[in-house]
Amino acid sequence: VSDTEQQAHFERLVMPHLDAAWNLARWLAGNDHDAADIAQEACMRAFRFVGSCRASEGRSWLLAIVRNTAWSWLKKNRSQRLVSIDDDDFTEIEDQSSAPSSFSGADTEVLRAALNALPVEFREALVLREIEGLSYKEIAEVADLPVGTVMSRLARARRQLQDAVKRKEKV
Amino acid sequence: MNCAEIRLLLHGYADNELDAARSLELESHLKTCPACADQIKSLRALKSALGQNALRHSAPASFRNELRRSIRPPTQEAGAGLLQSLRFWKSLAFGATAAAVLILFARPPGPSSADRFIDGAIAGHVRSLMPGHLTDVASSDQHTVKPWFNGKLDFAPDVKDFAPQGFVLVGGRLDYLDGRTVAALVYRRNQHPINVFVWPAAKERSSTLHMEQRRGYTVINRETGGLHYCLVSDLNEKELTELADLLGR
Repeated sequence: VSDTEQQAHFERLVMPHLDAAWNLARWLAGNDHDAADIAQEACMRAFRFVGSCRASEGRSWLLAIVRNTAWSWLKKNRSQRLVSIDDDDFTEIEDQSSAPSSFSGADTEVLRAALNALPVEFREALVLREIEGLSYKEIAEVADLPVGTVMSRLARARRQLQDAVKRKEKV
Repeated sequence: MNCAEIRLLLHGYADNELDAARSLELESHLKTCPACADQIKSLRALKSALGQNALRHSAPASFRNELRRSIRPPTQEAGAGLLQSLRFWKSLAFGATAAAVLILFARPPGPSSADRFIDGAIAGHVRSLMPGHLTDVASSDQHTVKPWFNGKLDFAPDVKDFAPQGFVLVGGRLDYLDGRTVAALVYRRNQHPINVFVWPAAKERSSTLHMEQRRGYTVINRETGGLHYCLVSDLNEKELTELADLLGR
C-alpha cells in the first residue's frame, strides 16, 4: 500500500468517525487532556493499520482501537481506581427483582456526573449504546464481550445509573 | 417467564434487539403487568435522557488539525531515486570524487523525489513524537532492542547505544518510509529526540553523507555497510553528523 493510498483509506474510513472516537476517549478518560493523548495514540495506530480495516466496519473498527488504547492507558495510569465487575445473568436477575427503580428525567449535569461516576465497564457500555447508538453486536466487538453479555451489562449499567441519579438528586 | 426475567429482557426490547417472537411475548406481558409497564416507561425516559446531544463530546478542532498534520501524505517515490538525484546534484556541485564531504544541495525547481523523500522522513519523525508513539520497544539496552526486530524485518539493523558519546538509545519501532517498512531507532541527545530510519541500501558501497535542513529539522542520509541510514532531528547539523559518523562505523 502506498502512502497516498494509506492516506486515502484513512480519510475515507476513519476521519468520518473522529467525533465518535473522541467521544468514547473523552468518556473513558474523564477529561480533555487525557482524552487527547488516548485519541491521538489510537488514531495513529488506526493510521498505521488502516489497511486491515474493512470498508463496512470503519466505526466499530476505530472504536475498538480507541477502547483498547484507553484501557491500556487506564491500567497504566489509574489502576487503583479500576474495579472489576462480574458479568453474570443471575446477579442481574436478582438485581432486577429487587425494588424496581424508576426514572422520569434528570438534569443534564446530574446525568453527566452520574455517568462519570459509574465503573468504566458500565460507562463504556452506555456510551456505546445510548450516545453512539451501536447495536449489541457492535458493542460486543468494540468492548470485546460475548454478544450475550451485552444486554445484561447494559441492564446493570442502567440500574446503577438510575440509583446514582437518585442519590445525586437527594443531595 | 417471571417478572425478574422479563425485566432483563425489557432492555433488549427497549433497544430493539429482541426477535419478533420474544417481542410479542413481552408486549402481551406488559399489557397485564403494571409494574413491568412502569419499568419500560422508566427505561425509555432514561434512554431518551442519555441520547440528548448535550452528552456527546465532539472532537475539538485542535485535535482534528493536529491529526491531519501528523498524517499528511509523505508522498514519495522509490528510495533509489533519492540517491540518484542526490548524486546528480552532488556531481554537479563538486564532482564525483569528493568523498566524505558534507554537502548541502541546491533544490531543483518543483518537488523532486528526493524532496518528497525528505518530507516523508520529517513527517515520520514528527508522527513519532506524538504521545506514546515514539517506541514500540522502549529500552536503552541494545541487546533488548536488536532482537525485538527479529522476524519483523527482512534485514537485521545494527543497534548500538552511544550513551558514552552523548547519544542515548531510547528504543526502537517499525515505521513506514518511502514505500517500505523500515527500522526506526530512537536516540536522545540532551532533550532532542532523534529518529534513525534504517533499511538495506541500494548498493553495498559506502556513500558520502548528505545533509539537508528543512523546516527546522536536520535530515542526514548516508549509506554504509550495506544499510541506508536516514537521521532526522531538530538537533543541529554538527551534532547530528557525529551520530551519523558513529552509526557508519
